[in-house]
Amino acid sequence: MKTSLYTSLQRKIIGITLVVSFAPLIILAVTMYYQFAKTCKNKTEEQIEYRALAQAESVDLFLKERIAILSAMADTHTFNEMIDEENLSNIFNVMNSRAGAFVDLGVIDSAGMQRVYVGPYNLKGLNYYDQPWFADVMSKGVFLSDVYMGFRKLPHFIIAVRRNENNKSWILRATIDPNILEGIVRQAQIGSTGDAYLLSKEGIFQTNPRFKGLILSQSNLNTSLFGRRVTVVELENNEGRKLLYAGSWLKNSKWLLIINQEPAEMMQSLFAVRNVEITIIVFGFLAIIMTTIFTTHLAVSQLQQSDATMQELNAQLVQSDKLAAIGKMAAGVAHEINNPLNVILQKTGWMEDLLEEEDIKKSENLEEFQTSVQKIEEHVERARKVVHNMLGFARKMEPHLENVDINDTINQTITILENYARTNNIEIQADLSGKLPIIASDQAQLQQVFLNLLTNAIDAIGKEGLVEIKSRRLDSRICISIKDDGPGIPAEKQKNVFDPFFTTKETGKGTGLGLSVSYNIIEKMGGKIRLKSQVGKGTIFTVEVPIVAPERK
Amino acid sequence: MDKFKILVVDDETDFLETILARLKKRKLDATGVTNGEAAVDLLKNQLFDVVLLDVKMPGGMDGIEALREIKRIQPLVEVVLLTGHASIETSIEGMKQGAFDYLLKPMKLEELMSKMAEAFEKKSKHDKKIREAVIKDLTQQHGSTPSGE
Repeated sequence: MKTSLYTSLQRKIIGITLVVSFAPLIILAVTMYYQFAKTCKNKTEEQIEYRALAQAESVDLFLKERIAILSAMADTHTFNEMIDEENLSNIFNVMNSRAGAFVDLGVIDSAGMQRVYVGPYNLKGLNYYDQPWFADVMSKGVFLSDVYMGFRKLPHFIIAVRRNENNKSWILRATIDPNILEGIVRQAQIGSTGDAYLLSKEGIFQTNPRFKGLILSQSNLNTSLFGRRVTVVELENNEGRKLLYAGSWLKNSKWLLIINQEPAEMMQSLFAVRNVEITIIVFGFLAIIMTTIFTTHLAVSQLQQSDATMQELNAQLVQSDKLAAIGKMAAGVAHEINNPLNVILQKTGWMEDLLEEEDIKKSENLEEFQTSVQKIEEHVERARKVVHNMLGFARKMEPHLENVDINDTINQTITILENYARTNNIEIQADLSGKLPIIASDQAQLQQVFLNLLTNAIDAIGKEGLVEIKSRRLDSRICISIKDDGPGIPAEKQKNVFDPFFTTKETGKGTGLGLSVSYNIIEKMGGKIRLKSQVGKGTIFTVEVPIVAPERK
Repeated sequence: MDKFKILVVDDETDFLETILARLKKRKLDATGVTNGEAAVDLLKNQLFDVVLLDVKMPGGMDGIEALREIKRIQPLVEVVLLTGHASIETSIEGMKQGAFDYLLKPMKLEELMSKMAEAFEKKSKHDKKIREAVIKDLTQQHGSTPSGE
């Protein structure tokens, strides 16, 4: 009952401490993690956005250079110069050596006919009049195509510029190698999951992406998601993985440069931080749990200890209250008993006085009278001492020291009780050691103790039995044991026998003070009084008195 | 000792009668009363050497009050307190009020006699001193030594 109270208290303390310690720790950890994650994501987005923008500018520059070279060539040569095949070949070589990436070069007249062609295919004489771009370049002056298959059945794109010469227009057209463009775009891809490619407005790949899809195939990315200049969005790809996309429109607004990457890869540092955080928290939790359990256990066990001490003090207080009550009672009773005792003593004395007179002296019963009177006086003296001891019990009078022969004291006590024992068919056997020293003690008090213990032994037996009293020397103590073959004292009552007013005798037969008084007397003498009892076998009371050498006179 | 006069004050008549009988049997001049008031009245008219006074008496005047009164009337009388109640406080109070000593009840006649003997001795020494002082006084006044008896 009591133990479970402490256990539940311990559990409560541990529970509260853990909740109070864990809650802020968890909140702090989660908040920190989310703040850090947010910062990380912002930084990642900024990074990818910047890369998309920078790479788009590179592609723009590449295209602008190619258009510029082509325009310069057209502007600085006449149609007649251009249609000279050798001339055009020279120009093509110059362009490739200065800028590169040109696959072929052709001159087309206003009717759409390719008049001259330099390059790996045989495209001379082809008519482009029906091609959609032809009209476009004739009207706008400059044209950049999307990537397409065209006549050569290979992905490519063209740049065409128009020249007006003597009211006649002609076109200088060049094919650009898309692989070089792809190379430039690919520079923006990073890590093992990063990709970079170009898309047309319609979402068609203009360069080969790194993973899924091929040039000229339809991408499933909706290009309208990307606004002017650079936009970053997070989308799920076909496999359900989240990817971060940065799209930057080129200046011609025809093509969209896309860089994508798994945010997880970019946030490696975040995950490292998260792992460190989790480790710290786990160890922190373990440390808190262990410390809490340890300190709580310590506190509760100390509480338990101090409770026990308190209980003991309370018991002592109750005991001293009982003693005080006895004290008051004893003081009141003493006067009432001492007065009749005084009368008895004086009457006895008077009888003694009268016995000395002549006529009674001749009586044959004189001796009997005298013995009886002496016995009365002896017992009045005994009663007086008991009353004085009661007062002493109340006032904690110090024992009065005199030279005491323990064996003599025991024998006197036996004499007092012999008749009482005999009428109950009880034999008192004394086994007294002849080696006991004379000690300085209080004979009357010791006698009272022996009287109490012997009376109890006789009363415990009731009718017929044996009381053994033994005295022995044990080092610096004298041991007196009083053994009866009575019914014994049950274990649960044994701890109470020295309490005041505790008695196993019938109502009116015992005051319950005998053992309590005896206990106090022996304690005050610096001795011990112990009890060993077994139900059905009997009881042994052992009194230990320290040997105190008497003063030499 | 037989010249001295003893007064016993105790409300317990059984005790009072017996102790008086025993003292008288020993040729002592002993008188008894059962309360403080009677003792005080008697002391106003007669001189006593020793008073045996019970401390706890029912009725008007208890032992300590009686003691105070007795000492007021006859300061030279020696009072031995008798008490059935070994109360140190009462005994100390009694001694402060001028009691010679106290005895615990029940007491044997021998104890009582020896205590009274001590009291007589003190009283007679005291009386002797007073007598000598008086004689010295008279001698100085009349210039002659009075004959012994």
